[in-house]
Amino acid sequence: MIPCPFRIRTVRRETQDTFTLELEPAGGSERFAFKPGQFNMLYVFGVGEIPISISGDPANAGVLMHTTREVGTVTKAMGRLKRGDIIGVRGPFGTPWPVQEAEGADVVIVAGGIGLAPLRPALYHMLAHRDRYEKIVLLYGARTPSDILYRRELQRWRAQFDLEVHITVDRAMSGWRGNVGVVTSLIPRAPFDPRSAVALVCGPEIMMRFTVLELQRRGVLPSQIYISMERNMKCGVGICGHCQLGHCFVCKDGPVFRYDRIEHLFERREI
Amino acid sequence: MRTLETILSEHPFFKGLPERHLKVIVGCASNVSFGEGEIIFREGEEANCFYLIRQGRVALEVYAAGVGTITIQTLDAGDILGWSWLVPPYRWHFDARVVEPVRAIALDGECLRRKCEEDHDLGYELLKRFAEIITQRLQATRLQLLDVYGLRS
Amino acid sequence: MLEELFMPQSEAVSEKRFILPAGQFQRLFDALHQRGYQTIAPTLLDDAIVYEPVDSVSELPIGLTDEQRAGAYRVKRNPEGRTFFRYTVGPRSWKRYLYPPRQRLWQAERNGDGRFHVLAEQEDVPRYAFIGVRACELSAIQIQDRVFLSEQYQDEHYRLRRENALLIAVNCTAPSGVCFCTSLGTGPRVRDSFDLALTEVFGNNEHFFLVEVGTERGASLVEELGLPVAADQQCQMAEALIDSAEQRILKRLDTSDLKELLYRNLDSPHWEEVAKRCLTCSNCTMVCPTCFCHTVEDVTNLQGTVAERWRQWDSCFHVDFSYIHGSAVRISEASRYRQWITHKLASWQDQFGVIGCVGCGRCITWCPVGIDITEEVRALRRREGSRAAPASPKEENHANA
Repeated sequence: MIPCPFRIRTVRRETQDTFTLELEPAGGSERFAFKPGQFNMLYVFGVGEIPISISGDPANAGVLMHTTREVGTVTKAMGRLKRGDIIGVRGPFGTPWPVQEAEGADVVIVAGGIGLAPLRPALYHMLAHRDRYEKIVLLYGARTPSDILYRRELQRWRAQFDLEVHITVDRAMSGWRGNVGVVTSLIPRAPFDPRSAVALVCGPEIMMRFTVLELQRRGVLPSQIYISMERNMKCGVGICGHCQLGHCFVCKDGPVFRYDRIEHLFERREI
Repeated sequence: MRTLETILSEHPFFKGLPERHLKVIVGCASNVSFGEGEIIFREGEEANCFYLIRQGRVALEVYAAGVGTITIQTLDAGDILGWSWLVPPYRWHFDARVVEPVRAIALDGECLRRKCEEDHDLGYELLKRFAEIITQRLQATRLQLLDVYGLRS
Repeated sequence: MLEELFMPQSEAVSEKRFILPAGQFQRLFDALHQRGYQTIAPTLLDDAIVYEPVDSVSELPIGLTDEQRAGAYRVKRNPEGRTFFRYTVGPRSWKRYLYPPRQRLWQAERNGDGRFHVLAEQEDVPRYAFIGVRACELSAIQIQDRVFLSEQYQDEHYRLRRENALLIAVNCTAPSGVCFCTSLGTGPRVRDSFDLALTEVFGNNEHFFLVEVGTERGASLVEELGLPVAADQQCQMAEALIDSAEQRILKRLDTSDLKELLYRNLDSPHWEEVAKRCLTCSNCTMVCPTCFCHTVEDVTNLQGTVAERWRQWDSCFHVDFSYIHGSAVRISEASRYRQWITHKLASWQDQFGVIGCVGCGRCITWCPVGIDITEEVRALRRREGSRAAPASPKEENHANA
């Protein structure tokens, strides 16, 4: 329960209000193993600690990556940190994306905004074991073209033949050659087999709600849909009570849930 | 060579439409194509047709002073472009600009309106299909209004 | 009813019961002190009976009793005479000692620009002897054991306090108007999970404790004190007092179908109705012996060279409790009351295998507006009944019965 010191290797600006920290253990050579979809509690000296999903490659246990948006006290303080500074890390916590269960099937990944960050480790994993999966489709929605995360990587992935990437934005100035429209509008025509596909969804709750509806309309069963939830968290181990979602502790029973298991809670207000 | 009728019947918009209706509609249809950057129609112009996009991408744009040209939606193969021909005063509300070269079927709005008035069965079929598309677009627009992606840290 | 996961089974140690004359009660305290225990026991503080470090029996609430009902608590003189334990539970519970309201978890020291290292907390925790633990409170401790000492995660701070704590229970002989332990199977009789259990017998010129032994630790104390074995008649006197207490507990919580009832009613209009009364003051969660939610606070010294992490009790009634980036999940009062009662009575069962309520009645007494958890459950059932029942007046009466 005590934070481990990690040293910041790089701070990379992703968009106007998001950045990625690349961390390495300050103590030396210890490796940080995690599963795609898990998160860490990150501590900024004297400021506070918050849960942030891991966004790096699970095969590269020497580097720990976190992408976050400057929105609260801690993330803003985090945004002011520099290379060489120390950050406290507790984790990894939580349930992973079902990358094993999805083997042999089509995988459709639907991400909204910074929701792409927790999905990136799953993409790395699946691309590293490409032969285990059928089609892999990434549908990504962002507010505007300048809010698109991991731009270079997405461009590289778009050029690959073994991965289908569709990006859409809510608003664009003329000159943007991509899609304009909400991410759900990409679902009806995305090339995957709804009878077998496993869907991994991450974004704001409201976006996930409409995404799940559209996936079901397409014929994907609730038991084939996985979503990643977010709640206030203080401990990460199910004792502070803050992250409760019905009977679940999002920190240990989630953040990744099979949709049919929390369907009855998902559409409830203020739960 | 594939006939216009085959192409129409294969387009998602007309899928399952009875043959007798298709035959009537073909009379109002023509093949068109547009190059990149071309303007298919402009805001305020008379809206006398709509398009079934077969290939390419069209951006619906609006110009706002001080902001510039904003794309509010893009339409791709399988989509329908334009419904202003359906309702008076039959004027386009946005500019339609070609982002990627477009091949489409243009349907003459005036011709269709006349035929729909003559055959209400056809009119009902067509309106049902438009209603579905309009609903989908309205819902998508509502989501866009919600600015949903900003709500996660 | 509860599975004993972490507590020793008490029965096996000794079937024999012993007598501790009231006049020799201090000897028990002294023996505990000699063994290095800090004795925590009831005492009167600010007009309430609370658990505090108590070294002498003279500090106990001698000759006092309490009167409790929804939204009201009063300590008064016990007309019987100079009794030690003729009251029920006050606003504080033993969780205050096992899981302190505020405690430091660790410190961090800055060394150089942007660098720091973390120092684990070296805790010097007293060995507690709790004297006067009621049956409902023993259950509450077991429930918190499930939270803080689960298979998945063991909280060191809790374990450190819990594993050395010696529990001297007291059977309830004077239940209050808010008690409903009988509905949850947690009291008034102490059944297990204690080191020693006392029943205070008073009257007819007699004043003694009947002592039951629950553990080897308890047995060795009895042996050291050289307590005589109780006569059958003395045992019967004590039993009669507990039986009588049991009969005087009239408040009921119907636990049948309780989880399903609450899960079915997440959208009930009843929550809006409670919200009209509930002040979301969080008193119920503070006095509850099982509520475990906490927050953490990170602070620094003025120079910014030393940072500390503190944890402190928190409540699901606070808006901030569910805050995520810019807003809270549970904003309405209705949603917060629903969260509390649904967690306590329903989701707790899914999370920890037991109901999170022991029937101590504290939340009822200490609610400034007298909201009664048992009444709210009854109201939910009534609403369901009246919805399900057809319009015939006869059936409606039945549903409301």
